[in-house]
Amino acid sequence: MGTSVFYFVATLSIISALMVVFAKNPIHSVLYLILTFFTFTIHYVLLNAQFLAVVNFIVYMGAIMVLFLFVLMLLNLNKENEPNKSVLLRIIGVIAGGCLVVTLIGSLKSAVINTPLELKDQNLGLVENLGKELFGQFMLPFELSSLLLLSAMVGAILLTKKEEKTNG
Amino acid sequence: MGSLFENMQAVPLSHYIWFCAIIFTIGVVGVLVRRNAIIIFMSVELMLNAVNLLLAAFSVHHNDPSGQVFVFFIMALAAAEVAVGLSIIVMVYRNTQSIDINVLNRLKW
Repeated sequence: MGTSVFYFVATLSIISALMVVFAKNPIHSVLYLILTFFTFTIHYVLLNAQFLAVVNFIVYMGAIMVLFLFVLMLLNLNKENEPNKSVLLRIIGVIAGGCLVVTLIGSLKSAVINTPLELKDQNLGLVENLGKELFGQFMLPFELSSLLLLSAMVGAILLTKKEEKTNG
Repeated sequence: MGSLFENMQAVPLSHYIWFCAIIFTIGVVGVLVRRNAIIIFMSVELMLNAVNLLLAAFSVHHNDPSGQVFVFFIMALAAAEVAVGLSIIVMVYRNTQSIDINVLNRLKW
């Protein structure tokens, strides 16, 4: 099988990412996005980044996607108010995207080392190794990210709270 | 798991870069062509994921665990961003009964 796993999963994730953008029904978009995140989890496993694979699985496919589905079901979107851009704008957007990908690949073509990716340290992406890194060198950013999550939680609750009518 | 990686050793780093560039571009196109605010958010998530995968690939390439720690931070940031963003979308829907971003064009001036 060799490298064919990578190419198969990469094709799968590109197809499902395209379906996310071009699916008519938002629910289908969310389901395709879950499929995309699952293929990304497989990519992390293939890179032997097991901690990231687990975190991607739990945080993205568990938390974020449930949040998306929840909001989508809560808003109860009908077919009538499904917004649609004009064909011209769509074509322009796709052309702009094509220009971007050509520019990115063209500019990185000369800079890239074409050596195959190899894992020098087998337990690079394991929890033990990353934990030592996280609680050693990255201690302060880790604590700050907890502050960020707290403020995001407070902000989300404050934003969605119903406005109370205040007199004066 | 180790034997699985043995098979992966022939994938060049450039193919990871191309793959992530394509996924990132799909996200950009999604932001450009869709008007549904939730789909735009999903496209942003796609872009974040492309960057995450590339960081992990480079971390393996340089044998440096810092890249994967950064991916972890980006995931925490994405969770916070989605929570705040979706609550803003719920607010907008409550005020305008629509999540079409063109309803918000009065924010332009």
